[in-house]
Amino acid sequence: MKQFLAFVRKEFYHVFRDRKTLLLLFGMPIAQIILFGFALTNEIKNTKIVICDNSNDIATRAIIDKLEVSKNFEIEQVFLNNNEIEETFKKGKVKLVIVFPPNFNHSLNHENKAQVQIIADASDPNTANTLTMYATSIIGDYHKELMAGRKIPLQIETEMRMIYNPELKGATNFVPGVMALVLFLVSVLMTSVSIVREKESGTMEVLLVSPFNAVLVVISKAIPYFFLSIINLIVILVLSVTLLDMTIKGSVILLFLESALLIITALSLGLLISNSTASQQTAMIISLMGMLLPTVLFTGFMFPLENMPLVLQVISNIIPAKWYYIIVKSIMIKGLGFSAIWKETLILMGMTLFLLIVSIKKFKVRLS
Amino acid sequence: MSDVILSNIKKTYNKGEVEAVKNVSFSVEKGELFGLIGPDGAGKTSLFRILTTLLLPDGGKASVNGFDVVKDYKTIRKKVGYMPGKFSLYQDLTVEENLTFFATVFNTSIEENYELIRDIYIQIEPFKNRRAGKLSGGMKQKLALCCALIHRPTVLFLDEPTTGVDAVSRKEFWEMLKRLKKQGITILVSTPYMDEAMLCERIALIQNGEILSINTPEKIIDGFPDQLYAIKAEKMGMVLKDIRQFENVQSCNSFGEYHHLTFKQDNKAEKQLKEWLANRNHQNVEIQAIKPTIEDCFIQLMQ
Repeated sequence: MKQFLAFVRKEFYHVFRDRKTLLLLFGMPIAQIILFGFALTNEIKNTKIVICDNSNDIATRAIIDKLEVSKNFEIEQVFLNNNEIEETFKKGKVKLVIVFPPNFNHSLNHENKAQVQIIADASDPNTANTLTMYATSIIGDYHKELMAGRKIPLQIETEMRMIYNPELKGATNFVPGVMALVLFLVSVLMTSVSIVREKESGTMEVLLVSPFNAVLVVISKAIPYFFLSIINLIVILVLSVTLLDMTIKGSVILLFLESALLIITALSLGLLISNSTASQQTAMIISLMGMLLPTVLFTGFMFPLENMPLVLQVISNIIPAKWYYIIVKSIMIKGLGFSAIWKETLILMGMTLFLLIVSIKKFKVRLS
Repeated sequence: MSDVILSNIKKTYNKGEVEAVKNVSFSVEKGELFGLIGPDGAGKTSLFRILTTLLLPDGGKASVNGFDVVKDYKTIRKKVGYMPGKFSLYQDLTVEENLTFFATVFNTSIEENYELIRDIYIQIEPFKNRRAGKLSGGMKQKLALCCALIHRPTVLFLDEPTTGVDAVSRKEFWEMLKRLKKQGITILVSTPYMDEAMLCERIALIQNGEILSINTPEKIIDGFPDQLYAIKAEKMGMVLKDIRQFENVQSCNSFGEYHHLTFKQDNKAEKQLKEWLANRNHQNVEIQAIKPTIEDCFIQLMQ
C-alpha cells in the first residue's frame, strides 16, 4: 500500500509539473466543446423558402403572414409547377418549398380538411429536418387558432416530402456526442503516453530492477488522469449548460457515475496503447489518429449508424464512446433512469475490465 | 562462493543477425570490485542487462547471488542495485523525491540505510530540493548511485557510471566505489576508459562480444609479451607512416603525444630504427622503453 501511494504521488508530480501539457489538457476540451457546440448548432436563420400559393385566400394568407413573421424564413411567393420546383432546388438557393393547393380555404371550411405540401431539400438532412419542423409547427399554430372557436374538428394535413434523401435521420442535439468524443479522446491520449514515456526516458529500466508490482504501476498511472478527466467533465457540463443552453433532464449524479465509467474505459485503453508501443510518438499517433476517426464515425452523433452497412454497424459496437453516447442521450435529453441504460453500462464495464486485464498482461517485465 | 557467475552466455539481436555477446563466461567473487573494460559496442550493456534480468540470454546460464537470472528474476530484482549507462531517474522530481520514491519502492526508507549513502548524499544534500534534471553530470551520477544503494544491495551493477563525467568527479566516483567495497558490496562496473581499469581488483577485457582476458590489472600488464617502446618526434603523423614501413616493427599505434611500438626482434632494433628515421629526415626523435598500460594490452589482445 505504501508502495502504491508512492507511485501515485510520483504520478501526480509528473502531471502537475508538466505545465504545458496540463494547459493543453484543459484547453483542448474547452476549445472543442465551444467549437463543436457553435459550429454544429442546428438552429437555422433567414433561410430562403418559396411558397406556391395556388389558393390565395384568407387561410393561406394568414399562414404566409405567420411564416413571414418568423425569423427563420425569407419568403418568396411565385407560382411554380412541379418541374420548376425541382429546378429551383437544383440551383441550391432555396431549401424549402411550401405548396398550397387551389381552394385551400374552401376545402377547409366545407370538407373540414385541407392539405398543404412541404418539400425540402434533404441533401443536408439536418437542415431539411429543422426547416420542416419549423414550417409544420407554424402551420400547426394557425390550425390551433382556427380551432379555438369551432365545434367541428378541422384538419390541415401537412404532407412532407424529403427529396434527395428520403431516409432522413438527423441528430437533434450534439452536446452528448461532443461530450463522448472529447472525454474519450482526451482520456485515451493522456494515459497513452504515460508508460511509454518511462520506457523512452529510461526510468523503466531502473524501475524494472526493483520489487515493483506491475498492477500497481499500471493503475497508479491512471489515477491522476482520472481526477483530471473528472475536472474536465465538470468543465464540459458547465459549458454545455451555460453556453450551449443544454438542459440535463435526468439525474446529474447518474450522469457523473456513467461518465466516470467511460473515463476509466478510456484510461484503460490508453494504458493498453502505452504498454504496446515503444515511443511516445507512436502512442500519440495511435490515440489521436487511430481513435479520432472511428470515434467520430461510429459514435452515431454525426453519421447515423442505422444507415451504415451491417459490417460497419457491427464494428461500431466495439467503440466505447458509442455506448456512452446512448447513455448520455438517455440521461440528458430523455431524462431516463438507470433501468433504461443498465445494458449499455454493463457493456462499458465489460470493456473496461477486458482492457485493464489485457494492458496489465501486456506490461513487459523485461526490456524489449 | 561467487556472487555473479556467467557460463557461455550468448545474446543476439535482430533475430540472430547481430551477435552482441558470444559465449561469455566469468565469475565475480563476493565483495570484489570487478571491471568490464571495452569500447562502445563491445557487449557490456547487454551483459549488464542480462545479469540484472532485463534481457533474456539466448544461450548459457547466469546467476546472481546463486539465483538464476531467468527463473528467479523476481528475487534478484529485490537484491541487486543497478545504475544504467544513461541517467535514468525522474528528471522532474527533486533529488529528495527521487530518493524517497526508490526507497519506498524497495520497502525501505532513507533513514534505514542512511549510513551507507551518507558520504555520497552529503555532497548532494544542499541541492535536495532541486529537480534531478537540473543537476550537473557529476551530481546526477551521485544521485543515481544513492538511489541504487538505498536498499543496501548485495551486488551493485554500474554500467559506464563515469561516461560523460568530468575528471574530478570521475576520481571522486572511484573513491566512493572503494569505500562501498569495504562495506562488503560486490561491485560490477563497466567502463570504456582504460585508465580506470587499474582501479579495479580484477578486470575482464571485452571486445566484439568476446572476453579477451580476465585477470588482475597487474597480471594483464605482466602478460604483455614484448618490450614496449614509446617514440616521439617532430612530425608525428609522418613518423607513424614511416615506422610502419620499417621491417622489424611488429605494431605501432598512436597514444596521445607518443607512438607505442613493439619490434619483431628486439635485438638492436631501437638503434636501427633511429638511424632509419634519421635517414628520412625526422628530427628530435626520442625512443624509450616503457611499461605497457591496459590499453596497450587491449590493443595487443585485439590483434
